Amino acid sequence: MKILVCISNVPDTTTKISFTNGDTTFNTAGVQFIINPYDEWYALVRALELKEAQGGNVTIIHVGAADSEATIRKGLAIGADDAVRIDAEPNDAFAVAELIAAYAKDKGFDLIMAGKETISYNGSMVGAMLSELLNLPFVSMATKLEITNNIATIEHDIDGGTEVVECPLPMVISANKGMAEARIPNMRGIMAARSKPLEIVAASASDKLTSITGFTLSKGRTDCKFIDASTPEKLIELLHTEAKAI
Amino acid sequence: MSVLIYTEIAKGKVKKSSLEAVNYGSRIAAQLNTTATAVIVGDADLADLGKAGATKVLKLKNDKLTNFDGQYLTAAIEQVVSAEGATIIIFAHDFTGKEVAPRLAAKLKAGIVAGAVDNPTISGDSFTVKKNVFSGKAVATYSITSAKKIISLLPNSFPIELNGSAVEATDFAANLDTITSPIKVKEVKKVTTELNLPDAELVVSAGRGMKGPENWGMIEELAKELGAATACSRPVADMHWRPHHEHVGQTGVAIRPNLYFAIGISGAIQHLAGVNGSKTIVVINSDKEAPFFKSADYGIVGDAFEIVPKLIEAVKHFKANHN
Ligand SMILES: Cc1cc2nc3c(=O)[nH]c(=O)nc-3n(C[C@H](O)[C@H](O)[C@H](O)COP(=O)(O)OP(=O)(O)OC[C@H]3O[C@@H](n4cnc5c(N)ncnc54)[C@H](O)[C@@H]3O)c2cc1C
Ligand SMILES: Nc1ncnc2c1ncn2[C@@H]1O[C@H](COP(=O)(O)O)[C@@H](O)[C@H]1O
Repeated sequence: MKILVCISNVPDTTTKISFTNGDTTFNTAGVQFIINPYDEWYALVRALELKEAQGGNVTIIHVGAADSEATIRKGLAIGADDAVRIDAEPNDAFAVAELIAAYAKDKGFDLIMAGKETISYNGSMVGAMLSELLNLPFVSMATKLEITNNIATIEHDIDGGTEVVECPLPMVISANKGMAEARIPNMRGIMAARSKPLEIVAASASDKLTSITGFTLSKGRTDCKFIDASTPEKLIELLHTEAKAI
Repeated sequence: MSVLIYTEIAKGKVKKSSLEAVNYGSRIAAQLNTTATAVIVGDADLADLGKAGATKVLKLKNDKLTNFDGQYLTAAIEQVVSAEGATIIIFAHDFTGKEVAPRLAAKLKAGIVAGAVDNPTISGDSFTVKKNVFSGKAVATYSITSAKKIISLLPNSFPIELNGSAVEATDFAANLDTITSPIKVKEVKKVTTELNLPDAELVVSAGRGMKGPENWGMIEELAKELGAATACSRPVADMHWRPHHEHVGQTGVAIRPNLYFAIGISGAIQHLAGVNGSKTIVVINSDKEAPFFKSADYGIVGDAFEIVPKLIEAVKHFKANHN
């Protein structure tokens, strides 16, 4: 089974955020980047488990500039067999999907996996777009995935509950929490990652349909009003009269 | 040119997030002097669609749309877009919106902003829309440069105004004869709780400070008295103290209720990422240094096991005086 896992590169949530160029550009200086948790913990690890059980190959693909190679190497250290980096700035979901689709279309992947969303921009778009561009079936927000005789059985989140579906491969899946448990790369994996193939592909034509024109930092909540533990009923009163929340 | 709004029914009524989307779309339509067409599948009282601002309502008809399948629904909406000459398509950023809006965007080559939190600024053909990024630490302004534009609206970002008048729905027969989805539904498990967490206006959430699942009775009771949904931090779901669909945060559900109660939750940034859009945040924690107090509007420093029962009594008392 040939599996392609789409990997995005995101700032660690605990990072302090700032902008440059008159608040139009995200300032990457000093920022710790990680593999997007949905891509790593759920999509990649489940892909590796399926490969370990049934044989095959797991390729990770990333659209980004050279500075994201540390992230790609981490994916290889966790156990992906090889990696592809499409050399382009990933600044529009549709363009990213087009680039991945152009690469994947004639490679015969049985399964293409993306994360549910990136934790930085929370688009939740690339997986769905890939399925349309490649004309493949799509199941979003998968929390469980089994494959037998080329048929995927998937449990996924839907509005107000969950659903179990079956779909023949090839297909595209977006991964949500629950598909697998996170793995920590071991020393052997980290050593092996250094010599695993990382193919750099020039960007094909793509359409950029949106752009970010500026950022503003959100104002945090500044003053918490404390209510004495002996009079919690004051809180209920304030929630009614002041916050108008009840 | 027209504005199309995809809307849904849940529990026999048009969903609140859909009414928000209609409100939002109708404001854009008014600005562009065009129709605001709501598109819906299924039967229910549709009067609210008109009240929320729709000037036209189309009911999608096709047996293949009875159960949700993104492929069918996307194709059906694409047919409406083309029949109506729609250039702006609005979704709620819910499960359906997250799947169907980007699929439609790929089909139409439409630029999309997913999770908008503000009215767009429109000048000529240029559209700019704001959304939260980096776990709510910043807001980004997006410009959509394509001819067709799709915006999905983050639920609970706008108060709903229902001052329009009801509109008769017209059937729209979608032709899906040439499409056969390979996806077979084997089982549907609906969450039985009455309140769907992402739609809830009030949420009572608790964390590891509750010590064990056996202590959740008071959390559920407080929620019940307030008419709130229950939620939890990630370790609580990981340890199976609570079901996984209650887990909120960066890797769980993102919510933005009017009121969020965080009881015995430390306030890690990954937790805040899913809740800091809430309008009012109340934190109850025994540690006055707990980081959550920095993101709270109201705080009580103290033992949840003592405070929560008192709060339950206070809510009961409040309800007795306000009914
Ligand atoms: C990549 C990543 C993603 C993550 N995603 C999420 C996510 O989506 N959601 C999430 O919640 N977490 C997430 N986490 C975990 C997060 O970092 C925290 O570990 C977690 O939120 C802590 O949960 P907690 O506050 O319930 O527990 P703790 O951190 O153990 O806090 C318990 C709190 O209860 C208080 N307490 C104890 N006893 C009492 C009492 N009797 N009365 C009142 N208060 C009391 C304590 O003072 C403490 O503040 C993620 C972590 C990582 C690394
Ligand atoms: N630059 C990228 N390169 C490869 N995959 C990506 C990239 N951006 C997003 N993805 C994939 O698409 C998923 C959804 O991303 P998004 O639509 O941006 O929220 C991510 O979880 C990744 O699996």
